[in-house]
Amino acid sequence: MDPIILNSTLWIGGIGLVSAAALAVAEKYLSVPQDPRIGKVSELLPGANCGGCGFAGCADYARAIVMDNAECNLCAPGGSDCANAIAAFLGRASSALEKRTALVLCCGDDSEAARRAAYNGINDCAAAQATAGGDKGCTYGCLGYGSCARICPVNAIAVVNGLAKVNKAKCIACGKCLAACPRKLIKFVPSAAGIHVLCNSKDKGPAVKKVCGTGCIACRICTKLAEGSINMDGFLAVVDYAKPLTNEDVVAKCPAHCIRKDTPPA
Amino acid sequence: MKPESPSDLYIVSSSPHTHSGESVERIMLDVVIALVPAFLAACWFFRLDALRLTVACVVTCLLTEWLCRKAMKRASSLSDLSAVVTGLLLAFNLPPALPLWMAVAGSVFAIAIAKQVFGGLGYNPFNPALAGRAFMLISFTGAMTTWSQSAWMRKLAGTATEALTTATPLGYAKEALKAGQPMPVFETGLISDFFLGNMNGCIGETSALALLIGAAYLLYRKVISWHIPVAYLLSVAVYAAVLHIVSPATSIPPLFHVLSGGLILGAFFMATDMVTSPVTKRGMLVFGVGCGVITMLIRTVKTGAYPEGVSFAILIMNAFTPLINRATRNRVFGSKKKA
Amino acid sequence: MQTTPSPFTFCGGIHPSYNKELSSGSPIRELPLPARLVVPLSQHLGAPAKPVVKVGDTVTAGQLIAEQNGFISAPVHAPACGKVSAIDETLTASGRPCAAITIETDGSQEWHLLPTFPDWQNADRKELIAHIGAAGIVGMGGAGFPTRVKLSPPADKPIDTVILNGAECEPYLTSDHRMMLEFAHEIRTGAEIIRHILGAKTMRIAIEDNKPDAISAMEKAFASIGGDVAVTVLHTSYPQGSEKQQIYSVTGREVPRGGLPMDVGCVVENVSTAFAVCDAVVHGRPLVRRVIAVTGDAIQQPSNLLAPCGTLYSDLVAACGGLRGKVAKVISGGPMMGFAVGSLAIPTGKTASGLLLLSTGKVSCYTSQACISCGRCVDACPMRLSPSELSQCIEADDIESASQIALMDCIECGSCAFVCPARRPLVHHMRRGKAIVMAQRSAAKK
Repeated sequence: MDPIILNSTLWIGGIGLVSAAALAVAEKYLSVPQDPRIGKVSELLPGANCGGCGFAGCADYARAIVMDNAECNLCAPGGSDCANAIAAFLGRASSALEKRTALVLCCGDDSEAARRAAYNGINDCAAAQATAGGDKGCTYGCLGYGSCARICPVNAIAVVNGLAKVNKAKCIACGKCLAACPRKLIKFVPSAAGIHVLCNSKDKGPAVKKVCGTGCIACRICTKLAEGSINMDGFLAVVDYAKPLTNEDVVAKCPAHCIRKDTPPA
Repeated sequence: MKPESPSDLYIVSSSPHTHSGESVERIMLDVVIALVPAFLAACWFFRLDALRLTVACVVTCLLTEWLCRKAMKRASSLSDLSAVVTGLLLAFNLPPALPLWMAVAGSVFAIAIAKQVFGGLGYNPFNPALAGRAFMLISFTGAMTTWSQSAWMRKLAGTATEALTTATPLGYAKEALKAGQPMPVFETGLISDFFLGNMNGCIGETSALALLIGAAYLLYRKVISWHIPVAYLLSVAVYAAVLHIVSPATSIPPLFHVLSGGLILGAFFMATDMVTSPVTKRGMLVFGVGCGVITMLIRTVKTGAYPEGVSFAILIMNAFTPLINRATRNRVFGSKKKA
Repeated sequence: MQTTPSPFTFCGGIHPSYNKELSSGSPIRELPLPARLVVPLSQHLGAPAKPVVKVGDTVTAGQLIAEQNGFISAPVHAPACGKVSAIDETLTASGRPCAAITIETDGSQEWHLLPTFPDWQNADRKELIAHIGAAGIVGMGGAGFPTRVKLSPPADKPIDTVILNGAECEPYLTSDHRMMLEFAHEIRTGAEIIRHILGAKTMRIAIEDNKPDAISAMEKAFASIGGDVAVTVLHTSYPQGSEKQQIYSVTGREVPRGGLPMDVGCVVENVSTAFAVCDAVVHGRPLVRRVIAVTGDAIQQPSNLLAPCGTLYSDLVAACGGLRGKVAKVISGGPMMGFAVGSLAIPTGKTASGLLLLSTGKVSCYTSQACISCGRCVDACPMRLSPSELSQCIEADDIESASQIALMDCIECGSCAFVCPARRPLVHHMRRGKAIVMAQRSAAKK
């Protein structure tokens, strides 16, 4: 055999064998002892590493559950099934986790809501907010520069015509978009709920009409129809998700057309 | 229904609200203008070869950039003129007799691989023109080191053989060095040939005069600063001087080292490429010296493969630029001065 | 009293075109009293003042309408006589909403003055400081730091040099320039009061060399003053008016990172603030009005208007003959550090020294091009930072790396963005990064 081939094979093969042996030894003598339950809990978690639980990834959350007695039901993507499974495995009491989704409380896209200035700068909502208070006429509405969409780990948010919209089917309720929005107009709502008031404006009716064609004008028609499921918070109608909303007429009867019904997920 | 917007929306942005008027386009245009004297000299000495290579490289670079941007679904960047600059500089680094298809291949590599793949202008770690040249040197070694006949070389060698008249001065000196023969004699009478460009070499690198006129324009327009070129040229001169003092028989005199090969072109136009060179003045000096030392090492090490080291030296230093930037940051105002 | 060129100049800086001739020749004129004043309760750094009047109250010019709210805060006084018609939120130049008291003016010339100190040379320092605080005086150079606090440094930080800031380095702005020409003696008195309060030995009046008439006006006014006083002529360069840079140019001392001018024994006060100090101590007048340069190429008659704080921009524009042509940007302050605003329904405050109306040809737009590492920003930065590296870190959301290379030392002067050939919004990136760091710090405190 050609000496070069023989030499190369022996050398490379030899280095490989020695390295493998060294790794095996290290694995035996240098490994950090870890509670074996952490591995099992880690397997039960979805593995999205979204950080929604507040820990640095699923492995860190698993360690916190086993070693620091963290609550089992902090994983939104995992949901109730995951929380129950972990609680059962560790022999702890489980608490239910309602499936939630994020919701952008605004329906004023560029066809409905006026802009009050021409923004020139970084394509980021916090940056736009810091520049003359944002270029949207309404000081409470969605600026549409997509900071929430960019930070979403599962691409559940799309910005269409200057308005961000969450895709309920994809949302894992990790909470990153809530933190990213400088106007704090993204909120968690129960996934089961289908009717929402998509407005966040605390301004009085005439002031809202000046800047948006579809903002809540505090006419109170919905509060009368909804029998306690919708209440007024100042000049803004707010859905109380604890009380199921049965009267779907609120959608059609709202003069500003800011109460919308969810389209069922595809 | 959407309410009426005010007819005149004021622009809101972060401060500052005024600008010096500089632009990337203007900087690139200045570089193109600065290369015009060298282009004219190339056409004078190398005639049609210079024209066809330059046109081929520039057109290919522009086309490649346009195609890449379209494929990457990004805005077209042709208007910043950086592709034109890359095309010109690549062409100036090519021997006159190079087949056109090789020049096209090199241009495609320079733009697509050395620039656009990284994200376009500003993201490339290596000088695209030099990366293209290095690619061509390794892929088409023969064609990249074939020089035309030159009666001029007879002046250098005295009674040079035919074979030697197809070399560059550096190439010729390297062969002599390897064969253990004494250096050709670089008489002072030859300086004018070196300076004006009446010699063998790549089409844009031979005329020091034309290049220096362009460099003077760039310095006047403040597109480049003196730090990198002076550090580069000085370190080459000092290195060559030391070698020449130690062993005159086996080394080229320093002035000829400075005027030979692609050094002037490299020092003023390639090493000073903003994207791939350091940002601080101190860093630029370090960069220039590094380029000079590596260039001389490649040129003069007896067992080395290449007679010319400018391209590789600059590419190697490009790799060090991030490190140099970190090491030569300015002292923040109000921080403790190092004793 | 002598005039000397400044012994040092800070590294970096830029030379924008100044366009000051638009309004530098216009003497200060009083704005006709507007029918309505919207007086912001936050015209200073620190906590907004708390209202002490109600809707429907009648107020006199100079009357206290909002009291100081905490240590770093300042009171607000009525700029004119009238009736309080509303106390609600108004939009301000910075973009943040702020509480404001709306006064419908009635044109009465009555004044509610504070006590005066005719013999201030022998007055108790603490009394003078309290009086300056009660008069609502804040730094009128732009920052709005309560002067009362600035003039009471802790005992372990003795002040040996008072620097009077007459640099006015921003393009277009001329209010301080006109103040120096027309009120030089009052400025001198104010400066002497400040020197007396601080017990400083040295006083320097810093003026850029593009204002030779102001230099000679101040020379004349300070001619007979005793002590180590001199006019220091600064090399015209932006940002000479920035505190840290000015201290270096005048004294050669560098304010330490994260520190204050008092750490190097200096206090810097704007010439308009010195005037306000004199007005308060000698005449008992609280700070309720100031000179604003309303200028730019999109205003009919660029002027220097003496206007009450709380004047809406629309009133200022009307008093200058209205707009001229299409306005692209309305800027509160100067073009380098001022705020672009979206409407003219914004009130002035104690700190805004200019209102610029600029047409499209005079403003520049930012792009999202990549950094080409040209290094112009590094050369221009007066704090010797690396704006190219910082902006790239912040763009990539790597705020930690950015804070390690001195992000928080950025003074947001705008020199970097001014020279950037790629038109990157560098200051915007810095502000975004700094806001994230501040949010992280306050979250960590909880």
